[in-house]
Amino acid sequence: MLLVPCPHCGPRDETEFKYGGQAGIAHPADPESLTDAEWLDYLFLRDNPKGPWRERWVHTAGCRRWFDVTRDTLTNEFGDIGG
Amino acid sequence: MTGSRLPDGGTGIDRGDPRAFDFEGTVVSGFAGDTVASALLANGIDVVGRSIYHDRPRGVFSAGPEEPNALVQVRWASGISEPMLPATTVPVEDVLEVRNLAGRGRLEPAEPGTDTGRFDARYAPCEVRVIGAGVSGRRAASNARTADPGARVLLIDSDPAAAGDEVRRGMTALGIYDHGYVTAVERCPAPATEGRLWHIRAGRIVIATGATERPIIFADDDRPGVMLAGAAATYVERYGVRPGERAVIFTNNDTTDAVTATLRGAGTEVVAIVDARRGDLIVGTMGDDAGRLTGIRITRAHGRPDAGADGDDPETIEADLLLVSGGWNPNVALWAHARGTLRFDERIAAFVPDRAGPHGRIEVVGAAAGEVEGLGDIGPTWVVPPPGPATDAAWSTHYVDLGRDSTVQDLQRALGAGLESIEHVKRYTTIGTGIDQGRTSGVVTSAIAAAILGQDVGAIGVPTFRPPTVPVSFAQLAARNRGALADPIRVTPSHPWHEANGAVFEDVGQWKRPHHFPQAGESVDDAVLRECRAARTSVAMMDATTLGKIDLQGPDVGAFLDRVYTNTFSSLKVGSCRYGLMCRADGMVFDDGVTSRLADDRFHMTTTTGNAAAVLDHLEEWLQTEWPDLRVHATSVTEQWATVAVVGPRSRDVVAALAPSLDVSDAAFPFMTWRDAVIAGTLGRAFRISFSGELAYELNVPTWHGLALWEAVLAAGATFGITPYGTQAMHVLRAEKGYPIIGQETDGTVTPQDLGMAWAVSTKKDFIGRRSHRRLDAQRPDRKQLVGLLPTDPRIVLPEGTQLVAPDADLRVTPVPMLGHVTSSYDSAALGRSFALALVKGGRERIGQTVLAPLIDRVVEAVIADSVLFDPENRRRDGEPQP
Amino acid sequence: MTDSGLRARSPLEGATLAIDSTSTLGIRELPFLVQVGLRADPADEPLMSRLTTVLGARPPTDPNTTSISEDGTNQVLWLGPDEWLVLGEPGTAGALESKLRSALDAAAGAVVDLSANRTAISVSGPRARESLAFGCAIDLEPPAFGPGRCAQTLLARANVIIVPVGPADEPAFRILVRPSFAGYLATWLVDAAVGLD
Ligand SMILES: [Zn+2]
Repeated sequence: MLLVPCPHCGPRDETEFKYGGQAGIAHPADPESLTDAEWLDYLFLRDNPKGPWRERWVHTAGCRRWFDVTRDTLTNEFGDIGG
Repeated sequence: MTGSRLPDGGTGIDRGDPRAFDFEGTVVSGFAGDTVASALLANGIDVVGRSIYHDRPRGVFSAGPEEPNALVQVRWASGISEPMLPATTVPVEDVLEVRNLAGRGRLEPAEPGTDTGRFDARYAPCEVRVIGAGVSGRRAASNARTADPGARVLLIDSDPAAAGDEVRRGMTALGIYDHGYVTAVERCPAPATEGRLWHIRAGRIVIATGATERPIIFADDDRPGVMLAGAAATYVERYGVRPGERAVIFTNNDTTDAVTATLRGAGTEVVAIVDARRGDLIVGTMGDDAGRLTGIRITRAHGRPDAGADGDDPETIEADLLLVSGGWNPNVALWAHARGTLRFDERIAAFVPDRAGPHGRIEVVGAAAGEVEGLGDIGPTWVVPPPGPATDAAWSTHYVDLGRDSTVQDLQRALGAGLESIEHVKRYTTIGTGIDQGRTSGVVTSAIAAAILGQDVGAIGVPTFRPPTVPVSFAQLAARNRGALADPIRVTPSHPWHEANGAVFEDVGQWKRPHHFPQAGESVDDAVLRECRAARTSVAMMDATTLGKIDLQGPDVGAFLDRVYTNTFSSLKVGSCRYGLMCRADGMVFDDGVTSRLADDRFHMTTTTGNAAAVLDHLEEWLQTEWPDLRVHATSVTEQWATVAVVGPRSRDVVAALAPSLDVSDAAFPFMTWRDAVIAGTLGRAFRISFSGELAYELNVPTWHGLALWEAVLAAGATFGITPYGTQAMHVLRAEKGYPIIGQETDGTVTPQDLGMAWAVSTKKDFIGRRSHRRLDAQRPDRKQLVGLLPTDPRIVLPEGTQLVAPDADLRVTPVPMLGHVTSSYDSAALGRSFALALVKGGRERIGQTVLAPLIDRVVEAVIADSVLFDPENRRRDGEPQP
Repeated sequence: MTDSGLRARSPLEGATLAIDSTSTLGIRELPFLVQVGLRADPADEPLMSRLTTVLGARPPTDPNTTSISEDGTNQVLWLGPDEWLVLGEPGTAGALESKLRSALDAAAGAVVDLSANRTAISVSGPRARESLAFGCAIDLEPPAFGPGRCAQTLLARANVIIVPVGPADEPAFRILVRPSFAGYLATWLVDAAVGLD
């Protein structure tokens, strides 16, 4: 059970959150200009690093805010919060 | 072994408080503070069970949770029976009856209502958590309390009689997880409670779990009478029990010095000390007919240098107790749960926590950290070869894991088969998979494997430690989450009426929804046909409170809805409603519902029952992460409003009677509009929307009035014979009209176009998922499309999920190519026959064609049809069409 | 709550909440509590002062805290960085909603009556905190959690808002819960009390 650091409510049990996958994947400004391959890349392809990466959570059972946080996928330790 | 109670002594027992329990038909007496094991030993009962596979007699081997032999079935004082508990940890005061186990335990076959044991769970946040209340643990706790007097310091010990102040006794840590999360189990925490699972979130954790003694492995090392040396001292000191009369000690370290003194003090004759460091070895044991230890074979390095060589008999010594110490393993399981790494420390010949890594939250102290006191210079003796020729079979009674009946021979086979990883060896031999988790066998196994492979023990390592550290019953893990509390149950305000009127409920997520309302003597099918007929011919009513409802406010709501729905909402007029379809970015249908414009800057969205929370999350995700510039606020109002659907040609009369001030004429209140309305004297909203194709209304009032609204609709409709209906009739009515249900017709791989709903997809604007509809895959002509399906025999209702194949398919050649599957299937009063909806490859091109539905016992023929089978011209939505 | 028209029935009307007369735990419903949802930009100072004026209390900007109006009739709970829940006496929803809406004026925001969207259960007495700890993972002890604070969290797997109202030695909590969960949660609370030692 992770202890997820909500930037507003502070650390809470993982069960209060939903996971949002990799952070920083912006919805393309003009999807129609993308090729199928580029669109597929946006939809489905994500990094899978061993070590720190940025990911998204939403505090569904709390303040309902989305936020980004750094987590080390090897140790689960959380780092910078925000965004 | 002839154990007996000493005339006095025993720091852990209360001789003024005698206790007794039944062991295999014999009354065994003991004292409060005894364990079942100490009481059995005190009563001279030395054979406590038989081994799991080899059926060999076994005795008490240890005095703690590391016990591999003395596993018993216990009937607790509460009457509950629990299998496979180490007799060394079961307090006598809590048990009524103990049975030994021929290898494995059995769950008590519970009669309904007899399984009444109460187990619960509790959360406990704390600043510092110390596990183990020995000297090191108590010191750590005291230091933490001194350093921060305000800190909550929780000091626990699995021993119900652990010493010290402010110790939570009888509480065993099961595992350490991420971010200071620790689980622990406690027996009898409260008068009415058998056990408690603790969820502890600790700022800092100190592991002070001590060390566990391990044996040396030799031939026939498993007889009753062979015991860990430290355990024998524990029986004397703590329980006042002398475990035997003539003892031999076999050791490779100095911790047995104190044991020797203790036993001698208790009147046990210590006849020999076989110290492997001097080259003296125990090469075998002898036993009586019952298998109990009667003697020991020794080879000595001193004095008889040729002892043990071929043809020369080893020395024999008579004894009823053989105490073994092969060293001490720090209890590192919890450390390892937290991903702490281990290293082999030659100084104590054991694996110790490698504290170099980043483990800021977790400390390990005392013997658990490798600081084992009194060990002296330990000798590296792990196993004694068989006295004769070292054939494979000669190793067949060198028991490494007593709990699993695994021997050195098994280890040799595993290694011989090429399994060199200790993880593979564990799984091949099952060493370490017993309930003691290899506490006494694990490191020995690694050392023997290392010797056979010619490697260092440290390089071999030990298998991964995984929680829980001790067995936990399912009842304990379930805690209060069983029966009526198994999962939250959600009910609508009309639920009491539904219950009182015989509704049969179905679970929709956590909601209890009426599935149908059977009348006396009616089958499900009868009831559903009657409910559907009422909706199509007169008037019927349904509790639609569970529909998700979201209040949307702000100047940009219209623009926002244009982006989240496939169709356009910004053009919707105040007072009007529109059906909307929602996709995710991948273009697949995600949800649908009717959304109404309450004001220029305010909309009321409805969602499917199951998706209410997911849709709100979806809206918030796009608002917060992609379009923070949009001035839109979304609030769930699902439970602010109770909803009753009034459906059927006479529904207008019912609504007119309920809301006399509302102009219900078609001109004033047309299809797909909503009105504020005073309904039976209470302000609410009326929506003219339909999920059946009939003239219909959905009436909303604040939830407090939900039951009264239901009853008022019922009363107002009485003259028309208004009929309550459930989810099944609702499903039939909408399926007759070809309306899909999200999650039934769709499964996350279905586009609006697949559903034949291109009419609801705007070509003029962008929306979430639009680009995906242009993907090559979304354009394939053989995508599964929603169609109607009419079995040739109109009495056959195909099972939902039935696969469909081509009429010329050869069913004998598998796999048979699949054309699609049935998503919904019913008998229909309105159609006078059975029908189904199905997703079929290129289905719309196949309308009129026959397909086969292979069932278990027959093959059914069906014809593909348009998905709208009833009133395709929508002539009924304003009421009974005039002829 | 209307005097005429459809009878109002609180979600726990008729539910068995009593444990026993000697219990150190009191569980009862506080029916028909008024709750109005408020969304506003906390950086819009003129708006915040208008809201403060009509409420008699400034909507708190510290997460998980509350403020109470000068006359004690309204409590404002922080639910999110731009979201509050205003609690009031039964029967005052319409008045509260309209004065908040007038304070909002032309500013972007939202006011929505949520009075029937949750009911309130009062859990009070010396064992109140302990009984909630059977199903709630957050730290319920002062100073982390006492009067002036609130939390949206899970209690026995149900979404709730917990508002501590009593002093540390005599804890009392208001638990706001969706009506559909209220019966389940009441059953759970009464059951949990059995496990108190
Ligand atoms: Zn939060």
